[in-house]
Amino acid sequence: MEGKDPLNVIVTGVGGQGNVLIAQLIGRAMVRAGYHVTIGETYGASQRGGAVMSHLRISLDAQYGPLIPEGGAHVILGLEPLETLRVLAQYGNPEVTVIANSRPVHPLAVTTGAAEYPGREQIIRTLKQLSSRAWLLDATDIALGLGAGILANIVMLGALVGSGALPVGLEAFEPELRESLPAGKLDLNLKAFRKGIHEVSAAGEPV
Amino acid sequence: MASIATYAPGSDQLLMGNEAIARGALEAGVGFASAYPGTPSSEIIGSLAEAAKEAGIYAEWSVNEKVALEAAAAASFAGVRAIVAMKQNGINVASDFLMTLNLTGTNAGLVVVASDDPSAHSSTNEQDSRPIAKWADLPLLEPATFQEAKDMTRWAFEVSEELKTVCLVRGVTRVSHARGDVRLGEPMPPGQAGRFAPTSPIQFASLPAPLKHNLMHQKLAKAKELFESSRFNWYTGPEKPDLLVVTSGSGWFYSLEAVKALGREDSVGILKVGTTWPLPEKLVLGRLAQTEKVLVVEEVDAFLENNLKELVGGNLSSVGPLTFYGKGSEHLPAYGELNPDLVVQALASVLGIEKPARPSEYVEKAQALTGLVTHARVVGFCAGCPHRATFWSVKNALKLDGRGGFVTGDIGCYTMALGPAGYFQLKTVQAMGSGTGLASGFGKLGAMGFKQPVVAVCGDSTFFHAAIPALINGVYNRSNFTMLILDNSATAMTGFQPHPGTGTNAMGEPTAAVDIEALCRALGVRVEVTDPFDLKGTTEKLLGLMADEGGVRVLISRRKCALVRARQEKAAYRMRVDSERCLGESCGCNRLCTRVFQCPGLAWDSASGAARIDEVVCSGCGVCADICPASAIIREVA
Repeated sequence: MEGKDPLNVIVTGVGGQGNVLIAQLIGRAMVRAGYHVTIGETYGASQRGGAVMSHLRISLDAQYGPLIPEGGAHVILGLEPLETLRVLAQYGNPEVTVIANSRPVHPLAVTTGAAEYPGREQIIRTLKQLSSRAWLLDATDIALGLGAGILANIVMLGALVGSGALPVGLEAFEPELRESLPAGKLDLNLKAFRKGIHEVSAAGEPV
Repeated sequence: MASIATYAPGSDQLLMGNEAIARGALEAGVGFASAYPGTPSSEIIGSLAEAAKEAGIYAEWSVNEKVALEAAAAASFAGVRAIVAMKQNGINVASDFLMTLNLTGTNAGLVVVASDDPSAHSSTNEQDSRPIAKWADLPLLEPATFQEAKDMTRWAFEVSEELKTVCLVRGVTRVSHARGDVRLGEPMPPGQAGRFAPTSPIQFASLPAPLKHNLMHQKLAKAKELFESSRFNWYTGPEKPDLLVVTSGSGWFYSLEAVKALGREDSVGILKVGTTWPLPEKLVLGRLAQTEKVLVVEEVDAFLENNLKELVGGNLSSVGPLTFYGKGSEHLPAYGELNPDLVVQALASVLGIEKPARPSEYVEKAQALTGLVTHARVVGFCAGCPHRATFWSVKNALKLDGRGGFVTGDIGCYTMALGPAGYFQLKTVQAMGSGTGLASGFGKLGAMGFKQPVVAVCGDSTFFHAAIPALINGVYNRSNFTMLILDNSATAMTGFQPHPGTGTNAMGEPTAAVDIEALCRALGVRVEVTDPFDLKGTTEKLLGLMADEGGVRVLISRRKCALVRARQEKAAYRMRVDSERCLGESCGCNRLCTRVFQCPGLAWDSASGAARIDEVVCSGCGVCADICPASAIIREVA
């Protein structure tokens, strides 16, 4: 993503997945590295369960508005597959990089049986065809393996950093995590973060 | 973690617009901060309350916006700088006092921030608050960036003090609730409270109104002069632009990006106005005289646009022929929030050029691949939310009662009971406390042949805010309805702020808890309390109260918000579905758990044809075990 200014990143998921925290950690790390950052957040009226989307505009030159134009995303970090596809349809383009968590959070229409959740194969096919490169990671399973499903967001943050899609790397994020996260939970979060970095490199080629 | 009070002066910090406003207030030496929480304004007083001890200031969650403004005005009268924050609906509540405070005038700087919610992401309307500045003859500032949110707030105190009147600051979701890097200044310690010492018998009264009205107009004329040289108004672009974009607030970023996207920096100019009432007339007329076409970009109403037209109408000789584009010409919508695409589209249309678009091949492919799968995600109650359980019982009680009973609604998380989350049980939603006010009216229609039972729901925080007068109205006038108070011990929807019933104040100190039950009993009405997780008991109590047509009855459904509880204690149960017992579609229950009850912690496993628990989402409340007719949902003590 060298040379993209502003760099447009969308973090998307479902209320309760820690979407807003991830966007803030990225934003704070980038400000720390000397960038101008704007974050626009869109979420429904509910505390949980609605679609959540954070737009990040990262620039060395100037501050940008809080919303990314349609088709204007350079990177999409999806904490939930369906939300990733939704954002990809509106903000994607042939050059976009996508990193998505594979674990679905069923919308009501699927729970009630009014709609089918897309299968893994369909998700992979869609990601492949609508991006330049995409990863589908089992971040929630990794997080559950660490003892708490909520850590999936930190695993995904690690994956984003590991993918090289941001102009800064690990060195910019570890101090940010140390400062922003509660001390008692720091080690576990750092473990989740490093697992995410590892997962992307272990996956090698994207899907 | 660092707070808005401790960030180092000169450092760059990523702040939410609301936090930037709060920091601006600290840099202005604010001493008193008050609000009733409301999205997208809550973090202003929330962050000041968190920093209150370090900063040596006072912050409170007031019972409603009118009292918040009155309390802050007292601080101003006594010589202490004060800030009040509210959402757009809140300024309506505060307006009764505001419309006499404007006549009265102020002493120390008094800043009122109203944050609007274009598109009503978290509101019952998308009202534009700015016309109240014109209506009340008060100066109005509109920050366009996060830096301005801070700097303008700081300046607003000076404006207020210089004019001796309230200075309004208007936020919108994309400024107040967005985040950006802000360079910080030096916080100023709050001034010592002086004393209440009127210089005349009428200094702190709105009377005599005509005299004070005239004085108010003189203040506004002075504001106009002040705004002519404000650093928050500026122009970028050629000296004689083919098209002049005039914009304020969130519109500025979009306008800048649109001009750039179309590559028209050389021919299109942008006049960014930060002081939108009263308009700096000389500055604005000077720019309007240099062009023939004007596009106005703003959220939500055509406030700036119509004021510009009014200004031009009174100065026809000094400007040439002008064509206005914007909401009036329908180049931009006069509803909903703006975005960069809408502004690019409007600009392209006025300039007669094409809007750049993605390759159509990609758009078609995206539509084909995702069109069928991306169903809207309907908002709903959280897993383990007491409201879901309450509305389950409300639905059953109304059905069992069988007289066509219905629910009048109110403002809070439970407003979502208009939709599937609460089984479509709410039939009205308007303003804070209105559910009870409406019920009070419905309950008097018996003489006109009205026979349906009426249930008014309202949350605990809403009860204190505005429902108490409506309840008393019903009692006094012998109305006939049941009031259902959903007491979840928090102002949950806006971020779990404490309220008068919780026993904690905004700064985290213990305080007297107003007892809702005792308060209702003191009114002489029949009061019952229920645990919403007891579905059978709640249904029976509600049925009993609805049947007792002896005036106003109150049922308090008391259970802590699931998210607040999750922070304080472990889940009560570990839930699982016994797939042997779950008969799925063949049960005859119509998939009661997943199709009807609809808790997000329950999922349908189409492969096995049985329900299952989503262990990541489930909060372990155990309620679903009571609704499964096959006893297939098992709760085990966690």
